[in-house]
Amino acid sequence: MSTGTGPETPGLRWRLLGALTAVGRSAVRALGRVTAVWQRSIQLRVVTATLALSLAVVVLLGASLLRQVADGLLDSQREAAVADATAGINTAQLQLDAADDAEPAAVGQLLTQLVQDLVNRAGPGGLYDVVLVSSGDGDPSAARSTRASRRVDPTSVPTALREAVVAEPRVFSTYTEIVYPDDDVQPGLAVGGQIAAPVGGLYEIYYLFPLTEQQQTLDLVRRALATAGLLLVLLLGAIAGLVTRQVVTPVRLAARIAERFASGRLEERMSVRGRDDIARLASSFNQMAGSLQRQITQLEDLSRVQQRFASDVSHELRTPLTTVRMAADVLHEARDDFDPAVRRSAELLQDQLDRFEALLTDLLEISRFDAGAAALETETADLRDIVLAVVESALPVAQRIGTGLVTDLPETPCTADVDTRRVERVLRNLVVNAVEHGEGRDVRVSVRADEDAVAVCVRDHGVGLKPGESSLVFHRFWRADPARARTTGGSGLGLSIALEDTRLHGGWLQAWGEPGQGSQFRLTLPRRAGAEVTRSPLPLAPVPPAGDRGVTGVGGPYRRLAASAETPVRPAGEPAPARPGVGRG
Amino acid sequence: MCGMKGRVLIVDDDTALAEMLGIVLRNEGFDPTVVTRGDEVLAAFREVKPDLVLLDLMLPGKDGIDVCKEIRLESGVPIVMLTAKSDTVDVVVGLESGADDYVVKPFKPKELVARVRARLRRSDDPKPESLSIGDLDIDIAGHAVRRDGETIPLTPLEFDLLACLARRPWQVFTREELLEKVWGYRHAADTRLVNVHVQRLRSKVERDPEHPEIVVTVRGVGYKAGPA
Repeated sequence: MSTGTGPETPGLRWRLLGALTAVGRSAVRALGRVTAVWQRSIQLRVVTATLALSLAVVVLLGASLLRQVADGLLDSQREAAVADATAGINTAQLQLDAADDAEPAAVGQLLTQLVQDLVNRAGPGGLYDVVLVSSGDGDPSAARSTRASRRVDPTSVPTALREAVVAEPRVFSTYTEIVYPDDDVQPGLAVGGQIAAPVGGLYEIYYLFPLTEQQQTLDLVRRALATAGLLLVLLLGAIAGLVTRQVVTPVRLAARIAERFASGRLEERMSVRGRDDIARLASSFNQMAGSLQRQITQLEDLSRVQQRFASDVSHELRTPLTTVRMAADVLHEARDDFDPAVRRSAELLQDQLDRFEALLTDLLEISRFDAGAAALETETADLRDIVLAVVESALPVAQRIGTGLVTDLPETPCTADVDTRRVERVLRNLVVNAVEHGEGRDVRVSVRADEDAVAVCVRDHGVGLKPGESSLVFHRFWRADPARARTTGGSGLGLSIALEDTRLHGGWLQAWGEPGQGSQFRLTLPRRAGAEVTRSPLPLAPVPPAGDRGVTGVGGPYRRLAASAETPVRPAGEPAPARPGVGRG
Repeated sequence: MCGMKGRVLIVDDDTALAEMLGIVLRNEGFDPTVVTRGDEVLAAFREVKPDLVLLDLMLPGKDGIDVCKEIRLESGVPIVMLTAKSDTVDVVVGLESGADDYVVKPFKPKELVARVRARLRRSDDPKPESLSIGDLDIDIAGHAVRRDGETIPLTPLEFDLLACLARRPWQVFTREELLEKVWGYRHAADTRLVNVHVQRLRSKVERDPEHPEIVVTVRGVGYKAGPA
């Protein structure tokens, strides 16, 4: 197709190319399916292997059988033929010797007669044909002197045989194809020897025995063998299929039952029949399933009891705590009437009751998560509004410590289906943490959105996190430095609750930190309820990191950071092209 | 404090807490009476004629929910639940059985007092004011709602809710606004309070509560009075 043929040419080419690609794709798909079935099915593999191996065996056996039959058939025929030919040649020689004074013309006559005689000896059935050839020693009359019984083409004598016969006065034989008139070609045996004529030098006599009958027998045997072999192979394949089926079916059944068991239907059992290996498999499987079921039920009971216990304890603590709280409050209100030691005690009592209460609330919240009783109440909300509300509520703490709160919000709305109460709780926790650990330096809260997700990053420039700590921070009751005075409140459950809240949304909560460089927490939430986050509109690490340490994904698939030339950092696995949403607005 | 009606019936099986509640309320100028058993509540209620009931839901003798329903049969007195559970179901069941508000243990005394005051608060001198909404006539001073001259009994809270909506029939109130105006919450609180009480109000004032015409829901915003 040249480029100048017309305007549709490129279109056509594209269509062709498209069609080819489609064919290629479907071929690849089909191949993939076949490969998959091949890899999955033991039965298919066993049957195929059986077919291939038995076919090879049958072919080998058949070939050797055929050879033996052929040998048996032909060897006796050859002996008889050689004997016949030798006798004929000797007779011919004798007759020629007896006429050694004849005229050349008479010799020609004699030779023709000789051929006729020899053929006649074969009997009326025409067991063989005879060809007489002058060896061509230069005599011009000899050139004409090829004689053959009428039925056969003298060219049927193979050249190799002629050369052998001319070279040595012996009887030779070989298999050949005999050409009859009407281009009828039959397999046959050629036997030849030389005779010396009184005039005209050497002649060769060839006997051509047709082997048509033998060939027919051989064909018959071959056909019979092929049919039998094919049947045998198919039968073996079928037997292999049946036998493997007997083994594979219970195994497949076991696999199905195991899958169901694994998916939580713990009461699934295999049926045990007979006392064979399959029955043993079934009964061992059932034993295993039974013991697993017992243990799982035990564990479930245990954890249910434990969760119940935590919840009950929290509830039971509430009533006395309320009383204590009110008593402390009455004392606190009246503290001005006390002497200084008692006054300070009343204040301490009040403060610590606040802490105790926060801890109890968090414990109850955690036990609710553990019991799976936490449920989302989603509504569509703008993350920017939530961030602003959270920042405002954190202002008093920030002002007390002297930390600036900086927000970096896009101008476009960042709406998402979220449980506002929970997201607020998560963000308040992150912001207050950042303020408390930020050493008085500014805390920056950034929001970005793309089509599928919204992300909020809270960045501080405090002591940062040591390598490995970025996942530890989410552990319950984990503290960065156990030796550090617990001046700042907090139950030690805040980030654990935040992580659970995030998980409830199907989002990610991740931490990044470097010693001395501060830390950054990133919350990524899907914009639509029920969706899963696959990537975040904001990078987790704020600066090109000096290596990967300190970066751990929590609450989502594990991901490492990859340094890149164009953008500072992004989690590996996110596509390289500029991400929409980043820097927008 | 003086001049304020202040008889409070405290119902709680935990004697220490009940006593402490008594101390706190007495300090604030109220006149508390304590009952610790569910089956004694009704007798005490008839005897004391409290202006407000503080009711724990977990009671020996008789369940707090049942007690709440019994009191509601006799009176529209404000009932504030004391609950140790903030789980959805318990709170909603308590509200549906007739409670006006609730506080979750452990609460701060100030919080409790604020809730009690909010429920006892009455405008000092209600101006004679007559509102009508749909086929309802609302007499603010007389604290009564009538349809075709027939009085519909409402609890004070339900009356306040209806009056609040009826005063500005052109305005759609968000649940948060209603919480502030009717319940007296200054910060965001549990919007289920509003939902439950709107349902209760509708069951009393609507001809067909399934198709409300007096208190109409404005999807995604809140509620308003009269036809949408």
